[in-house]
Amino acid sequence: MASKCVGIAGAGGLGSNAAAALVRAGIGRLVVADFDVVEDSNLDRQFYFPDQTGQPKVYALKNNLLRINPTAFVRVFHEKITPDNARSFFSSCHVVVEAFDNAEEKEWFAVWMDKHLPRIPIIMASGISGWGHPEQMRVQRTSNMYVCGHQVEPEKKEIPLLAPRVMQVAMMQADLVLEILLKDIPQTHDHNVKQ
Amino acid sequence: MTITLNNRKETFDTGPLTITDILHIKSFRFKMLVIKLNGALIAKELYDSTLVKEGDTLDVIHLISGG
Repeated sequence: MASKCVGIAGAGGLGSNAAAALVRAGIGRLVVADFDVVEDSNLDRQFYFPDQTGQPKVYALKNNLLRINPTAFVRVFHEKITPDNARSFFSSCHVVVEAFDNAEEKEWFAVWMDKHLPRIPIIMASGISGWGHPEQMRVQRTSNMYVCGHQVEPEKKEIPLLAPRVMQVAMMQADLVLEILLKDIPQTHDHNVKQ
Repeated sequence: MTITLNNRKETFDTGPLTITDILHIKSFRFKMLVIKLNGALIAKELYDSTLVKEGDTLDVIHLISGG
């Protein structure tokens, strides 16, 4: 795993937490792209700290990841991801985690990846607001696209994003990264899982 | 016809049906969708003309903001 490269498209609640789990799990190389800066309102669910407000998220995240593992190779781009630059960020990754905030961006990125980098698995998130009933969170798999979340549009527009569900979905994404990268390694409890 | 729609067997009175027909019948009214037919992504402009046939696997993925 130390030789594997994982792309993270967006360094908000999903991307920052998934990146932390992946570095802890021993992924050696991460590529993270995001245009945003850390704000106070992010600290309730994203992997940043109060002294980092105002910093670009990717630089703050790189610092935090290197505190977990100083030997991790974290390449960051403080830019908005667009169809023009996405290839330069992610073409050398073994798998890409989609961690955008809004649905329009999720859509173009899914379509773009399918067209331009079709061999790279993409792990998306859709539907992470609210709380409770963690069993609602699911994974929809179709060829090399994976979609984590409840996929339910909230009836009230202002259902908040709260740390437990955001992190639950980020961890589902990170776990799928491991599933993809480690698919040739058998797990001794596989037969138990399937029962 | 019977297809696999989002991992579940789903039977329709007639078939084949276009993707647009199925979205209408199932009342999927999401603006932001990614649709895969037998694992292949289908562009939005082809929803009206792409036929879903007996035994096909159709994934209608709803994209919801939040990250």
